[in-house]
Amino acid sequence: MVRAILGRALSSLLVVAGSSLLVFVIMYLLPGDPVDSLIDPSSATPEQIASLRHQLGVDRPLYVQLADYFGKLLQGDFGKSLLNSEPVLPKIVEHFPATLALAAASALLSVVAGVLLAVLSAVHRNRWIDVVARIVGLLGISMPTFWSGILLLLIFSVHLGWLPAMGSDGWRTLVLPAATLGLIGAGFIVRMVRNSMLEVVNEHFIVTLRSKGLSERSVMYRHALRNALIPAVTMIGMLVGEMLAGAVVIETVFSRQGIGRIVADAILAKDLPVVQGVIVFSAIVYVLVNLLVDISYSYIDPRVRRAA
Amino acid sequence: MRESATAKAVLQKRKWELPALRSSGRRFELSRLFVAGAVAVIAFIALCAIAPQWIAPYSPTEMLADSLMQAPSAAHPFGTDYFGRDVFSLVVYGSRDSLFIGLMSVVVGGLVGGTIGALSGYIGGWFDTILMRIIDTLMTIPGILLALAIAAAMGPSLTNIVLAVASSAIPGYARVMRGQTMSINGRPYITAARSIGVSRFGIFRRHVLPNSLSPLLVMATLGIGSSILAGSGLSFLGLGLLKEIPDWGTLLSQGRGYLTVAWWICTFPGLAITLLVLAVNILGDWLRDRLDPKRKEA
Amino acid sequence: MERLLEINDLSVDFHTRRGLLRALSEVSLTIRRGETVCLVGESGSGKTITSKAVMRLLDYENGRIAGGRIRLDGLDLTALSQNELRSLRGKKMAMVFQEPMAAFDPVYTIGYQLVETIRRHETRSKKEAWEHAVSLLARVGIPEPRIRMKQYPGELSGGMLQRAMIALALSCGPELLIADEPTTALDVTIQAQILQLLQELKEEFRMSILLITHDLGIAAEIADRVVVLYAGRVAEQAPAAELFARPHHPYTRGLLDSVAALDTEKGEKLRSIAGSIPSLSALPDGCLFHPRCPFASDKCRNEAPPLISRNGRAAACWHTDKLLTATNAEKGSARQEIELLSEKLILAEKNPSASPFESPEASPDLFQVSGLRKFYRLKGSLPGRARAHIRAVDDVSFAIRRGETFGLVGESGSGKSTLGRVLLQLEKATAGRIRFGDRELTGLRGAALREVRKDMQMIFQDPYGSLDPRWNVGDIIGEPLRVHERLTASEKKERVARLLESVGLDASYANRYPHEFSGGQRQRIGIARAIALSPKFVLADEAVSALDVSVQAQVVNLLQELQEKLGLTYLFIAHGLQVVRHLSDRIGVMYLGKLVEIAPSRELFLRPAHPYTKALIASIPSADIGAKRERIALQGEIPSPARPPSGCRFHTRCPLATARCKEEEPELRTIGSEHVAACHYPL
Repeated sequence: MVRAILGRALSSLLVVAGSSLLVFVIMYLLPGDPVDSLIDPSSATPEQIASLRHQLGVDRPLYVQLADYFGKLLQGDFGKSLLNSEPVLPKIVEHFPATLALAAASALLSVVAGVLLAVLSAVHRNRWIDVVARIVGLLGISMPTFWSGILLLLIFSVHLGWLPAMGSDGWRTLVLPAATLGLIGAGFIVRMVRNSMLEVVNEHFIVTLRSKGLSERSVMYRHALRNALIPAVTMIGMLVGEMLAGAVVIETVFSRQGIGRIVADAILAKDLPVVQGVIVFSAIVYVLVNLLVDISYSYIDPRVRRAA
Repeated sequence: MRESATAKAVLQKRKWELPALRSSGRRFELSRLFVAGAVAVIAFIALCAIAPQWIAPYSPTEMLADSLMQAPSAAHPFGTDYFGRDVFSLVVYGSRDSLFIGLMSVVVGGLVGGTIGALSGYIGGWFDTILMRIIDTLMTIPGILLALAIAAAMGPSLTNIVLAVASSAIPGYARVMRGQTMSINGRPYITAARSIGVSRFGIFRRHVLPNSLSPLLVMATLGIGSSILAGSGLSFLGLGLLKEIPDWGTLLSQGRGYLTVAWWICTFPGLAITLLVLAVNILGDWLRDRLDPKRKEA
Repeated sequence: MERLLEINDLSVDFHTRRGLLRALSEVSLTIRRGETVCLVGESGSGKTITSKAVMRLLDYENGRIAGGRIRLDGLDLTALSQNELRSLRGKKMAMVFQEPMAAFDPVYTIGYQLVETIRRHETRSKKEAWEHAVSLLARVGIPEPRIRMKQYPGELSGGMLQRAMIALALSCGPELLIADEPTTALDVTIQAQILQLLQELKEEFRMSILLITHDLGIAAEIADRVVVLYAGRVAEQAPAAELFARPHHPYTRGLLDSVAALDTEKGEKLRSIAGSIPSLSALPDGCLFHPRCPFASDKCRNEAPPLISRNGRAAACWHTDKLLTATNAEKGSARQEIELLSEKLILAEKNPSASPFESPEASPDLFQVSGLRKFYRLKGSLPGRARAHIRAVDDVSFAIRRGETFGLVGESGSGKSTLGRVLLQLEKATAGRIRFGDRELTGLRGAALREVRKDMQMIFQDPYGSLDPRWNVGDIIGEPLRVHERLTASEKKERVARLLESVGLDASYANRYPHEFSGGQRQRIGIARAIALSPKFVLADEAVSALDVSVQAQVVNLLQELQEKLGLTYLFIAHGLQVVRHLSDRIGVMYLGKLVEIAPSRELFLRPAHPYTKALIASIPSADIGAKRERIALQGEIPSPARPPSGCRFHTRCPLATARCKEEEPELRTIGSEHVAACHYPL
């Protein structure tokens, strides 16, 4: 068991290294010179460009750049912003809690609402609750967050004035963004758990349970649901990724000071070290969460536990 | 003696009972209605993309100086914007880029991801291990972040947005295709083909590939929806093209500043995105139910 | 005796896409207290539907009781609500299912699922219920029940799970036990154990049993009365002894013939039922059996016969009398044959060294296998470390002669299928040599190997999975031709048409797709593909096991006919010993990766030398009612091939094992002419 976990942890480490490399490749190797975005190449003198290149370190051979990049990453140095020379990591750490709060709140919302709807929908197949669940599922994966967020904002802040339209202080500012993101997550979860439930309900052992005289409630909630939730646990890992990505848009819509907003601004300003830093950081978070999910998975599912 | 005891037990246990699970004919018609609606929406939007001039009442560049930011009315069903452009016409013209991004990203992502997945699943061994590690790595970067980074690094252009959205979708396609290829490769008819003496590539081309495609097809259909969302998301964040005719994401992003005074500028492009994606997803679900034998209802 | 279950004119409808389908029509049967009734039928006969109707589990599966009454102990089950039924299910009537592996919830322990049931129906404390469950597990023969209680279903073997399932069914002392094909998914030796257990428990718990099976042998073994279903109707019902002695319905007769004939020796054509089971959506008019019935008349074609009772039994046939006359006539001639055979046997007893049966002329070997091994590395064991292996095939040497049928039998896990696949080079041997004709196969790769494949082909177990669903029949059968021969489209079409005809199918089927055919027809398509290149050798791996009894005999006949016509050599792998006996010239018996005995077919069945062979033969349920006997059931289950026992691998289950067997591995030794066995103390 311990060995299996260690193995997983080691491969997670490799994956993080891989994604850092990938980010480096995207940032520096794809067509498009990072210098172009900082100064207008048509008006700048060649000397200016050269000195800027030197300053950025992009005039060095590739392998030196790469070694430098990984060496610094290992020391926790994510580089400095091109715009104001602020170090990247402290900035991320400072703004991460706001994003974490958003991601956690919306993940919680989507799990609770999603699982509840999915189960009711599968148990009361083809009744009104099922129709509602299916519609929520479809809308969840079909509405762009920047639009549903704006709609909520329009209704609850602009017209009703119940909740603040922007900011990242206090729980009241969290409600609308979390609801927006939560709807997406709930959509994914409803669809997944509902399908999973409908498959489990067709398994042979459900017939056995009924033949034992168990009540429908026991059959559905104690047995079918537990079996159906096992594949859904892996969804939680993916959900965190979705929530982090969603934060980029949502924090822009609701003007929250989180790392999503930072990266969105940095991309527009071509501030590559910041973009790179946030992506590597979120990859680490993603990998960590999935490692935890994997470990807990083997506790939830006896079949996986034996295989480990 | 025994009977009466049982009968008594039976009577005592009349309690709250969940409604019986029965299929009714109603749901079937409902989903049929959904599919018909979806087809109509897609057909209409496709027409908008192909021949916007037939549908839009105004030119998207025409600025009506006397009617700035007018609320929806008979003359302007979606209102007008801050330049006096007709929002309905803008939405009609904007469909082209949105649809193009959605379709092309799926084609590119599906082809690349599908090929990777199929080869990885069929060849197996070290080849599979290495490819899957790369895919795992790609998956650690949430789709839109990856797309953002690529789009940012390569600069705004329609091709780059397509490439960005497509590459963020590759891991998903690769995984599904790999799983399906491996599952098909384990079927007895593959062993049968081997025992006949069909070559390894022949088996792949004639048996494995054709039988592996349907889940990819379903995923690609649903993928059109998410690609449209991702593409318009990029535009919304400002990575869109600064063209005369804005796409839906850009339209929304530009209208955001006027939210408190002109809600319609944001609302209708968003509605268009939602309707299109919804329609595509309904179609995707329908396709999945048709193609997946496990989900076929008895 | 008092009647426990009474089913009167039960009809069941199913909702399907194409509308309402009648799956069961006017079925009546009764079970008295303490009685075992067997419901016999092939696929689509409605036997499982009947059981689910009694449990009223149909309500959950689009099914609807359209008419009739089901009375359990005077209580009308059709009139009760689901809630009321729930207190009867598991308590008064309980059920055991076909797939023990799938019948338990995989994420709860065995103990949890037992206790849950007990506490649902009886007011006991958790501890009492737990203890009761432990004693039940012990009673059904599960070793170390306290440990099993805490295990998950995935950790137990199929046989153990079926025992646990029986314990579950018995946990609240039901009066009626419904067992739906309880042994179909299990090996013969385990099947014998489970059937024995059921009979013991029936006495002990004073239950009645409704046993559903497709296997007439099982019915003969344990039934008091038998009810035969065909396409959703009762064809015949009678006390077991009478039914097997004198069937009153041509269908029952046909079924009996199909099974009993398998006991006969190679060469004769089996009597089989023509055609295939009708689909419920396209039932014939009149008597449902008439398209397949040798006695069918115009009356049968137009009028459905009612179930006519006579002398405590009943049959739905217009021509029972004709059938009886015909049977009497044949009985006489059959008796003569038996006398002839027993004379030969007496001769054999007197002179044991000379085989009484002419052994086939020893023709040259087609396959020579020596020291063959196939190991699989266990998942999770790292290369380089102490390796854990599954020894699927471990040091096997034998030969298959040109033109013969070599049968290979053994329980699942014996390695028989692996051996077949390694012979055909579908998997690479770990060690050893395989000569095919004058070629060494183990070193062949790529194009050279594909070239050899022309001469060795395969027929698969699963008639559904072995044909590519997207290809039409013509392309499927034509595939070997496309690969190995350059033919024009019209030549290919011509060849496919001839192949289809040679397996008894219409040439026009070439344009249809596999899903349009029945299991038997698909198997014929698979056979046509296998013989397309006129191979020398055909491996038939469980080629008839997935088919219905009435269809099995047809396919067996076809295989024999083709062997004669094309001079084929067969390796016939099966767990069904009777089929192997009927088809094979010589038979090899495998146990845990080892060949433990090889002998000519008759010799093996008459004088098995290895205790394992003897036990296997004894485990076969026989449809011959006269042969009802104490079964020498083999104790325990086959051990894991990852950790085979020391010495003789069979010693852990062998009634004759001594200390020597534990230490010393027996070699294959000659017992008689053509007869070898690996046993220190051959019988």
